Amino acid sequence: MILVFCELKDGQIRKPSAEALSEGRRLADASGKKVGALFAGASCAGAAEAAKFGADVILTAEGATLASYSSDAFAQLLADAVKAKGATVLLAAATAVGKDVLPRAAARLGAGYASDVTGLSMADGKLQAVRPVYAGKAFATTTFASAVQTATTRPNVFPAAEKAGAGAVETLAAPAGDFKSVVKEILAKAGGKVDLSEANVIVSGGRGMKDGANFKILEELADALGGVVGASRAAVDAGWGLPHSMQVGQTGKVVSPTLYIACGISGAIQHIAGMSGSKFIVAINKDPEAPIFKLANYGIVGDLFEVVPELTKAAKAMGIGSN
Amino acid sequence: MKILVALKQVPDTETKIKVAADGKSLDPADVKWITSPYDEYALEEAIRLKEGKGAEVVALSVGGDTAKDVLKNALALGADSAVLLKGDGQGDAFAVAQMIAAYAKDKGFDLILCGNKGLGGDNAAMGPMLAELLGIAQANVIVKLELGEGTFKAEREIEGGSEIVEGALPAVITAQKGLNEPRYASLKGIMAAKKKTIEELDAAAVTAGAQVSALALPPERPAGRLLQGDASQQAQALLQALKDEAKVF
Repeated sequence: MILVFCELKDGQIRKPSAEALSEGRRLADASGKKVGALFAGASCAGAAEAAKFGADVILTAEGATLASYSSDAFAQLLADAVKAKGATVLLAAATAVGKDVLPRAAARLGAGYASDVTGLSMADGKLQAVRPVYAGKAFATTTFASAVQTATTRPNVFPAAEKAGAGAVETLAAPAGDFKSVVKEILAKAGGKVDLSEANVIVSGGRGMKDGANFKILEELADALGGVVGASRAAVDAGWGLPHSMQVGQTGKVVSPTLYIACGISGAIQHIAGMSGSKFIVAINKDPEAPIFKLANYGIVGDLFEVVPELTKAAKAMGIGSN
Repeated sequence: MKILVALKQVPDTETKIKVAADGKSLDPADVKWITSPYDEYALEEAIRLKEGKGAEVVALSVGGDTAKDVLKNALALGADSAVLLKGDGQGDAFAVAQMIAAYAKDKGFDLILCGNKGLGGDNAAMGPMLAELLGIAQANVIVKLELGEGTFKAEREIEGGSEIVEGALPAVITAQKGLNEPRYASLKGIMAAKKKTIEELDAAAVTAGAQVSALALPPERPAGRLLQGDASQQAQALLQALKDEAKVF
């Protein structure tokens, strides 16, 4: 069996989890295996949706002890489920929780782990992964020596494909409690927008923005396009009051949106490493020699303070953000 | 209080990546090696704890002779002692976690600090694997850490914000940018470090987990197109192209 750990949010499967589950289904079809979707929480209401993405079996662990995330409790739950079902592959989305729990579960299983993968296949009954290394400057094909193979899938890379599965529900016992660590409180950032790592559209600003306050025009464009705002290391380190959680690059977030609009970003290797996985790249820069243009599908040589507001205006006129 | 800081030597972020002749590893020519930046936050946190509450700080790295540079730097910054586990520190995270676990398991560390990922390999796996192998708590991608009596409280970065994780010591805490601002080594520190020796041990034998079987450069991106006209025309042309050609909208 290929077991996929899935996360729920507001009673729905999170998109990165649906992507991981869909990829699990594809791998199972290619290797004649079954797919199990595993859920854990105070309530697993909404887990039935996993059948839509091809789950043959839906495993739910519900209980008060699982209301808050605990690394060791969830890792144990995942590892126990792998053993109970005789699964040989364990997947999850490379979310904050997925990246926290999978390596721990892997160690518990004596299994190799490939993180944040962008490609998966089955070769001779074993998982094989392709993953960006050196922040996207190279790709490593990863093979496994262990009987169980584990991986997290990068959000926005694998399509969430609807394919009906049997979706037979089985319940798992929730652990008793007394965990080594547990999440006590979640501090949401104002705005509650989607995270850069999951965003479909990113409008990013660099040194050419000249000041943190000027990021307002990027916010306006991002809002018009249904995206979120990022920044280069140069901008974050410039003392403009931008949080490092906005930083895209090798020492910041590695992103893979459909559309990345780089405004006033020259394109240092450090930055390119974090965003070269974007499907379409747009560069807006007044310097025609800026290295970012070598990467861009579309380039605008011009003053971003003129071009960006025009883009916002045009996007609104074309009704782009509304679909 | 006894703190272990695990440090990885990695290629500098500005390194141009070239694949070696074996087709699966990094060509080491022209690579400038540095301490992984996330590990610098881990080390700085350990030194601050030492200065605040008092602690013994042991710096550790897995690698060959060149990894001693990382340890010398850690000693110069304030680590009390340094250990080099001689083995492959660049490969499989599971293997490295087993090596460090074998070293640390009977040493009585209250806290193990490392970066939330090693720059380059980007596995973000060694810390949580080490915590599991030692059977202790973990908290990853931490931007704020407070220690109590046998407990910790840490702020961890998640999508769209952060969360507070509480747990029992001993624990593995993996550092994220924002935890602190690492200091530079002082001349006094560098001189003092020269008097200290690095303990060298053979890394324990390990079970293999995953390995890189091929390393390749990403495909070239197709040549782009510059959009002409004034700002308004460029904006119109861009959105039209994204809609019609790229079908982004």
